[in-house]
Amino acid sequence: MLEIKDLHVDVDGRQILTGLDLVVEKGSVHAIMGPNGSGKSTLAHVLAGKEDYVVTGGQVLFDGEDILALEPEERAARGLFLAFQYPLEIPGVATFNFLRTAINAQRKKRGEAELAVPDIMKRVREAAGKLGIDQEMLRRGLNVGFSGGEKKRNEILQMALLEPRLCVLDETDSGLDIDALKIVSDGVNRLRSPERSFVVITHYQRLLNYIVPDVVHVLSRGRIARTGGKELALELEAKGYAQYQEEAV
Amino acid sequence: MAEVAVIKTAAEQQLAAGWQEAKGRLPGPALLRATAFERFAAAGLPHRRVEEWKYTDLRALMRDAKPLAEVPDAATKARAKDAGAGLAVIEGRRLVLVDGSFVAELSDLADLEGGLRVRSLAQALAAGDHALTGVIGTVAPTDDIAVALNTAFMGDGVVIEIAEGTTLARPLHLVFVNSGRRPASVFTRSLALIGARARVMLVESHEGPAACDDQVNTALELVVGDEAHVDHIKLTGAGSGSLHISSLMAKVGARARFNEFLFTTGATVARNQLFVRFEGEGTVAGIRGATLLRGRQHADMTVVADHVAAACTSRELFKSVLDDESRGVFQGRITVRPNAQRTDAKMATHALLLSESAEADNKPELEIFADDVQCGHGATAGALDEDLLFYLKARGIPAKEAQSLLIEAFVGEAVEGIEHAGLRDALMEQVAAWLKARG
Repeated sequence: MLEIKDLHVDVDGRQILTGLDLVVEKGSVHAIMGPNGSGKSTLAHVLAGKEDYVVTGGQVLFDGEDILALEPEERAARGLFLAFQYPLEIPGVATFNFLRTAINAQRKKRGEAELAVPDIMKRVREAAGKLGIDQEMLRRGLNVGFSGGEKKRNEILQMALLEPRLCVLDETDSGLDIDALKIVSDGVNRLRSPERSFVVITHYQRLLNYIVPDVVHVLSRGRIARTGGKELALELEAKGYAQYQEEAV
Repeated sequence: MAEVAVIKTAAEQQLAAGWQEAKGRLPGPALLRATAFERFAAAGLPHRRVEEWKYTDLRALMRDAKPLAEVPDAATKARAKDAGAGLAVIEGRRLVLVDGSFVAELSDLADLEGGLRVRSLAQALAAGDHALTGVIGTVAPTDDIAVALNTAFMGDGVVIEIAEGTTLARPLHLVFVNSGRRPASVFTRSLALIGARARVMLVESHEGPAACDDQVNTALELVVGDEAHVDHIKLTGAGSGSLHISSLMAKVGARARFNEFLFTTGATVARNQLFVRFEGEGTVAGIRGATLLRGRQHADMTVVADHVAAACTSRELFKSVLDDESRGVFQGRITVRPNAQRTDAKMATHALLLSESAEADNKPELEIFADDVQCGHGATAGALDEDLLFYLKARGIPAKEAQSLLIEAFVGEAVEGIEHAGLRDALMEQVAAWLKARG
């Protein structure tokens, strides 16, 4: 589903990704762990198509097609979703209105019929209910006045409604207490399917107790330093990242 | 010292010739008019060295002065029969002026509510209504030259009187139509004298053919009585003229509620100036506006909030969206006079620049002569937030649509201040239409 080949990325003239290779198969959950500054968030943003990141080499193939030249909205319509580490607040854009616009923009792009408001309302209500998101919140400005946990739940709500095929979760666990972490993880787990893949980016092993990965990668100094099973996450938790920072030198 | 000869511009000369030609037939107070014209003749058109007109230099912007508008003929009136239909949602009582003349047969004058009186200014002046003449120019006096020109040349307008304690069920909708038959100068002066404890919504809209080359100078004197609740909303839409100067002079009484909103999308050069005097204690006022400009449009919003009495609250919020090579000007002055203790006055202006060539000018002024006051101002100018755009695009929303969502939200924050839900929606629809027309 996703194949990253020898990806090199600069940010503000600094090399952040230095030849990253990664293959994520359909239906699998890959965790990417790594110390601060190893390039985790850069990878997430480059996949979603953020402008300030300059790709100096390599390819990102999504279903065999290089998506690096595509606009963020085109990538989204093809089924790529990034759950933001810091979801943004947009005053004046009501959450429901935003969801409706996003759902129909993607459908239109894919040549599917747009959904009518009552239909969308029903879907939103159902999905929001499962995540414990209050109806009142949907009328408010997007993420405005939401707590950290509510913002992350709102990201998962968007993910559930947009039905992407590849979900990239950028430090979704950051800033969450244990209850919120559980709600968010349950939300993610409900979306797991043989047709859908996940790239779960995290600094801590804790999240992976709830979202159990098939494969764990260690990112260090801009490339994958080691790949293993879920036990690798436990090893990292015990020993820390120091050895990988040295290995990568 | 030698006399300095003032070089008259073509427009100034044409205005002087127009005055000589028209002064004998303009209705009503000849002395008031002549005095006002003399003030103009001495000062000339306001230009960039006149501080209040610093960014809107009429001497440069007015290449000529158009001849005074003619009284509309039957065919012209007939073409204006659907004027104001764009705001049908407010179900207002329409008072229609075509090329500056009040047209009774196009206006809804049947079944006037008790306590409401509506007249044509020209007729009242011609009939020698001295009481009315005595009011003109005294509501919130200003030495502004555009107002002086209006006083000299005022042709017609609407005189609205609302008795104490009257609540109008329907908004009053003043519809100003420029027929665009031939380029003309249109001078209208209206008065709205609203008694104590009255409740009124007054909507004023200006419209015409998009290419209308009229020079409009329109003025409204507004008295808001004690404990009255008055909303005044002015729309300067397409066809408002190549030059559109609008002056509101308001006097607000005690414990009143006054909400002003200015929505500007039209006119090549627009100047909306407000002179608001708070003369009674304990009034709460909201003065807001939204301006959307494109091409080479220029819109100047000049607000003078004069706190004369104590314990009034005024909130100003202005939003402008500037595309292409347009220019948005905001000048806001808050004056707090020595007796206006416990004044709470705040002014905020925000400009969104959609193009590298657009320009926003902002000049806030605070003049505070009392010591127990809260006064503040804030101004921002900038482009759309790239991070917010990315967030929306990452959810599959195309760039243009993402921009529109953010612009609507930006403008919406000001429009929210309008109390009438139907009018709010109508204005947001106009914003959506403006965005749709963006290339």
